[in-house]
Amino acid sequence: MLGRTANDLYWLARYVERAENMARLIEVGYRIVLLPRDAEGTHEEWRSTLASAGCAQGYFASHEALSTRDVINYLLFDLSNPSSVKSCLAAARRNGRAQRTSLTRDMWECLNAAWIEFSNINPKSVTAGELPRILDWVRARSALYRGALLNTILRNDTFFFSQLGTFLERADNTARILDVKYYVLLPQVEMVGGGIDSVQWGAILRSVSAHRSYRWVYKQNYKPWRIAEYLILNQAMPRSLRASYDQINVALDDLADLYGTRWDCHATASSTRGRLAGGNIDRIFQSGLHEFIGDFIARNNRLGNEVADAYHFNG
Amino acid sequence: MNGTGDGVRPPYNAVSEWLGTQRLDELKQKLAEAETMFRRTGITFAVYGGDDASERLIPFDIIPRIISAAEWRRLTAGIEQRVRALNAFMFDIYHRQEIIKAGKIPEELIVCNAAFVPEMMGVDPPLGIYSHIIGIDIVRTGENDFFVLEDNTRTPSGVSYMLENRETMMHMFPDLFARNRVAPVENYPENLLRTLESVAPRGMDAEPTIALLTPGQYNSAYFEHSFLADQMGVELVEGRDLAIIDGYLQMKTTQGLQRLDVIYRRIDDDFIDPLVFRPDSILGVPGLFNAYRAGRVTIVNAPGGGIADDKAIYSYIPEIIRFYSGRAPILQNVPTYSCRRPDDLKYVLEHLPELVVKEVHGSGGYGMLVGPTASSAEIEAFRRKLTANPANYIAQPTLALSTCPTLVAAGVAPRHLDLRPFVLLGDQVRITAGGLTRVAMRAGSLVVNSSQGGGTKDTWVLQD
Repeated sequence: MLGRTANDLYWLARYVERAENMARLIEVGYRIVLLPRDAEGTHEEWRSTLASAGCAQGYFASHEALSTRDVINYLLFDLSNPSSVKSCLAAARRNGRAQRTSLTRDMWECLNAAWIEFSNINPKSVTAGELPRILDWVRARSALYRGALLNTILRNDTFFFSQLGTFLERADNTARILDVKYYVLLPQVEMVGGGIDSVQWGAILRSVSAHRSYRWVYKQNYKPWRIAEYLILNQAMPRSLRASYDQINVALDDLADLYGTRWDCHATASSTRGRLAGGNIDRIFQSGLHEFIGDFIARNNRLGNEVADAYHFNG
Repeated sequence: MNGTGDGVRPPYNAVSEWLGTQRLDELKQKLAEAETMFRRTGITFAVYGGDDASERLIPFDIIPRIISAAEWRRLTAGIEQRVRALNAFMFDIYHRQEIIKAGKIPEELIVCNAAFVPEMMGVDPPLGIYSHIIGIDIVRTGENDFFVLEDNTRTPSGVSYMLENRETMMHMFPDLFARNRVAPVENYPENLLRTLESVAPRGMDAEPTIALLTPGQYNSAYFEHSFLADQMGVELVEGRDLAIIDGYLQMKTTQGLQRLDVIYRRIDDDFIDPLVFRPDSILGVPGLFNAYRAGRVTIVNAPGGGIADDKAIYSYIPEIIRFYSGRAPILQNVPTYSCRRPDDLKYVLEHLPELVVKEVHGSGGYGMLVGPTASSAEIEAFRRKLTANPANYIAQPTLALSTCPTLVAAGVAPRHLDLRPFVLLGDQVRITAGGLTRVAMRAGSLVVNSSQGGGTKDTWVLQD
């Protein structure tokens, strides 16, 4: 496989995953903004949504104030924002078109149709009532693409690089939500208690589609350390850092089997997974949740660079 | 379909009967379905110089163009004769130039020709083949009158439409295929792969590694490039994926470098190697031509093949066929006036409203004059260009192109068409029974080029 092909497949998977995560973040932000509160804090929630999406800097470079309409437009439709849903779908399709030969017809048609349908939406005509439908649609497209990938692609390097992209992006996304929201999970906040915190805890779980499964797994009300444990260490939770790293290691092992060589990225991924598998949430809180997450994000980025080097993504 | 008489010609009987049972709104509905299918699959092409560089669909017509088995046998005999002669001509031109010595073609027409590549002199491509993949444009003007308009010996495109048009038709009208014995076209990618394998560098002891070289996804024919690479199961590469290392062509893979033995390149000669041809090209590979000359990689089609489909050479093709095959041409050439000859120029200037005038090196229907449909202002403007540089033009009489029923806004109406069968030349000649039928969608128009709004049809060759 060409190095450029591997690079495109990896990023294609990341963009599809990112579009889905973005839709989920917008949905959660919008829910909180809709809650009755004093006018002051209404738009502040968007600040952390933008931060979780990694879009705060870009947004404030072109907007002075937070407004629901502007933020939603920036995260959904703005092509100057490389992480907007529209940019992600465009980039995914561009990469897919460049690697048309590596994709099955089902995968390509899904990407192509998603781009055609989404680019036909006029951002100005999107009303508040339509927003949930559009966000659902984005998530459904991502699910359809993943389904097509899982059901139709050969289990060779095409699949392995796609998996790597998906789960590196997912780990990054979950870690970023924790990075921005870590303070609502700290013990002293729990002491303060109150309705807002419960809403914030619910929002964190919703932003990784885990508010229902949490109850099934823990059979108790939201407890901030449980939420942190669920998102970081739980092996069964499909968007947790641990589950993402299980998949990353499987994909890297498959590549090592196929190509017969292990690289730095294998050692990094395996050590990160080891820290998660042997992790204990009490110890993480003791040594500092924020530091732990910051360190994780750095390691995840390093892994991405090591993968690119090992497999000649840039020739 | 009706030919020159009143009745329906026999090959069309079944389709004509079927057409009579269809309702117009249903046919239009089917057409809309087909277009949705094409758009979803991404069978689009980019139009150069259009308002937006976005991707468009080539109009597709759902009424097939049909050729009988006997007609096809005659066509393929003529095509095979022609492609063999063209390759013999190229070999000769780049070696001893016997045809010039024999006085059949003026020397300056070859050596001063922009399509002649002097760097190819003395190069021996595997099996002596230069143009492995050829698309010959043929028009029909009467029951038994087929004319060759152009021999596309460089990088002919359109074969993906032949394949996808058939897929679409079989998907939408399975009953039509049950009533007609239509020769399959789906073996084309397999035949292309075998052709490419057969011209691997001499002395290889392993299976050759093959790739298709594309200029990238913004090229107008990118869909076709990726489609063919996919169908053959070979890598689709760009110049930046390749390098000449230790004298061999290598592609940069996830596991390091891998040697390439045959490249089917879909970029023009000028761009394949900046060290030998255009120095500003970033599409090609520096050093590729040297590796090719040394026999370490095969380039398909070979550089320099444009000399055989140059419009200035075209009028000599019947002579070329006689010279190399010793037989009379089976397919006719369209009578051609070469404006570089004073007598021809005089005739052309006097008869502009009746003639089609083309640039010698043009393609895609750009920069041409179709006399009978041009306004007098257009004719006068063209007259000035022609007088300023006569050697740049050739002229041909306007042919009464055959028509085929075509679905248009008002219903089913005749539209003019041409035919591009695809020929593969390697260890043997492989001609796919079918081709690309291009149809002029405007009433009376004779310009079928997709860049000028022409459409395509599925092309059926019936079996006995």
